[in-house]
Amino acid sequence: MLDVQHLKKQYATQKAVDDISLTVKKGSIFGLLGPNGAGKSSLLRIITGITLPDAGTIRLHGEPFDLIKHSPLIGYMPEERGLYKKMKVGEQALYLGQLKGLSKIDTLRNIKYWFDKLDMQSWKNKKVEDLSKGMSQKLQFVITILHNPALLILDEPFSGLDPVNSAVIKDEIYALAQKGTTIIFSTHRMEQVEEICREIALVNKGKLILHGSVAAIKEDFKQNMFQLEVDQAIQGYEKNIIAQEGHHYTLRFENNEEATNLLSYCLAQQLKIKTYSEILPSLNDIFIRLVEGDNGGVRQFDSN
Amino acid sequence: MNKIWLIIQREYISRVKKKSFLVTTLLIPILMFGLIATMAYMAAKSEQKEAIAVIDESGVFINKMDTSSSSYTITYIADDTHENYTTLLEKNKCDILLHIYPFKNGLPDSVNIYKDGGVSLSAKEFISDDMNTIYQIKQMQDEGIDKEKIDSINNSSIRLKSFDLKNNQETSSEIATMIGYVTGFLIYLVILIYGMGVMRGVMEEKTNRIAEVIISSVRPFQLMMGKIVGIALVGLTQFLLWLILTGSLQFLLPLFIPELRQAMHPSSAAGMDAMSKVPTSELAGIFNSLSNQHWSLILSCFLFYFLGGYFLYAAMFAAVGSLVNEDQQEAQQMTIPITMPIILAFFIMTSAIKDPNSTLAIFGSMFPLTSPIVMMARIPYGVPAWQIATSMLLLVAGFVLMTWLSAKIYRTGILMYGKKASWKEVIKWMRYR
Repeated sequence: MLDVQHLKKQYATQKAVDDISLTVKKGSIFGLLGPNGAGKSSLLRIITGITLPDAGTIRLHGEPFDLIKHSPLIGYMPEERGLYKKMKVGEQALYLGQLKGLSKIDTLRNIKYWFDKLDMQSWKNKKVEDLSKGMSQKLQFVITILHNPALLILDEPFSGLDPVNSAVIKDEIYALAQKGTTIIFSTHRMEQVEEICREIALVNKGKLILHGSVAAIKEDFKQNMFQLEVDQAIQGYEKNIIAQEGHHYTLRFENNEEATNLLSYCLAQQLKIKTYSEILPSLNDIFIRLVEGDNGGVRQFDSN
Repeated sequence: MNKIWLIIQREYISRVKKKSFLVTTLLIPILMFGLIATMAYMAAKSEQKEAIAVIDESGVFINKMDTSSSSYTITYIADDTHENYTTLLEKNKCDILLHIYPFKNGLPDSVNIYKDGGVSLSAKEFISDDMNTIYQIKQMQDEGIDKEKIDSINNSSIRLKSFDLKNNQETSSEIATMIGYVTGFLIYLVILIYGMGVMRGVMEEKTNRIAEVIISSVRPFQLMMGKIVGIALVGLTQFLLWLILTGSLQFLLPLFIPELRQAMHPSSAAGMDAMSKVPTSELAGIFNSLSNQHWSLILSCFLFYFLGGYFLYAAMFAAVGSLVNEDQQEAQQMTIPITMPIILAFFIMTSAIKDPNSTLAIFGSMFPLTSPIVMMARIPYGVPAWQIATSMLLLVAGFVLMTWLSAKIYRTGILMYGKKASWKEVIKWMRYR
């Protein structure tokens, strides 16, 4: 679907995007992660054609990117939300939908569909300045997807949303992905990524640090940590135990084989196993490790 | 092309639908007309004739005073009873009493005017002018000049006619001055008012962050030009409405206020006495000279410089709007480099009206930043065709260059949040590909 090669963009003093290459498959939900100021928004602005890269290529469906030709395929919700404050909600949606190349009739039909679905019909004749912040966020999302884009690019889609609206939009994102829409969204909140994304890329200081599926990345960064809960004490594994709380152990092994050996030990001793599971690192852990290893000097991720 | 049309439509409709547009469009001609109408009404009101009672003890003025005035009637009375002046006025139903005492040694001794509440300046002027004329005629007659000769002397005056040698046509510098001033001033206003409108529109889009959403659908240049063209159409609409409104008001008002009908008729209006004294042949001459000025040339030049000047400056205002971050004061500072040449152009125009072929005027009418305003002041006097052509070409070139540069600034500026851009950075943006 989207193929980006060796993108570079330099602003006055800093490299906002420094030689980034990545591919996004059709129908996937792709998370672009990184601390504040890592270059996520700059990268998304290049992909949407808002700014031109200094170097590198963007291909969409195998064709070189062209704003006018591909703009109808892309839905973009910038981090800085923007609507005309004095314009009525319905007129605004119609205008922005038509700008995306939709005919008036199609735009009106789609507006009706989404406004009905998300219970927004009563807003149509209100001015945007009369909407609450959460309401205008929702409106912004609807406007972004009004023309059924094949590629949906959302910059921090959940910032400033309450849990209820967050869930509504999350559901819509899932539903769209199921219908084949490719979704790229940026965030600095890891738990959302873990929850929603199948594929991710981590960006820091303009550079791509990591790129791949969530499961594969977790596999790569696992430290062979296991937790075991049994009815009696275990013996002979003192060097592996990191933490112990009664008969609840946290252990680390050199490799998977040793972990399997523990299981056979437990069976041989006829211990009653309540739980035995591998502890996979959270993305949060991985990123903090990577980002801090990267000469430090960046802000911590928000952990809430 | 389809998208830029959508943008033009939105810019146009959202502005025309605003209450402030309706208010200014309706109010300005009504206010102007209200002003003119009240003035005319006042003039019409004061036209209620004042009656002057004259006691002429000298016998020089009796039956000789001007009765053709539209403001004053004259009644000659005799002061036999030596009554109090107030009673005299009441008895004769007059407002003003003029008492001329007998001459002493052939010279007027004393002349007094009385009125309840004081004599108005215009009444005093009327009486003194009239009496002086009569007294001068009397003196001339006393010197032995006969009446016919005096009349012919009084009616003689020298009338100047000016000609344009090249076209061998009669010209009127008064009309040229008026046309030059009015059209130049209009263009000056349009550039400032609608240019500022463009800047505010760009600032709104930037501070609302809507620009980023739109720029993912259209090129920044389309957004900028859509706004500029949309606002130009708003301006043209407003002008057209003003023309229609003033035109229709001119016909309608006298119907509502009958007194005005007379007042608005120039030949009978009190304030336009001077006009009525101009022989009709001269009036016709002025209008003839108007058509001699090539009305079509003036009109088409006005339209060209009106649009050219607006587009040139609107692009620059858009660029400045894209540089500003929410701060009104910052906006004001940043517009100085743009408003300076506009104001300069205005000053050159006022001097060009007095001397349309001075070096300054010619330079001002060629230089694209000042030519829309200055050239309009020169055109009614007749400008060589090559100068008009050069000026227009330069304006078009200036417009293309400015729009190109402004679009580059705009493209980067509209997406720069927070940081205030320095002029050095702005110059760098112009060099981006």
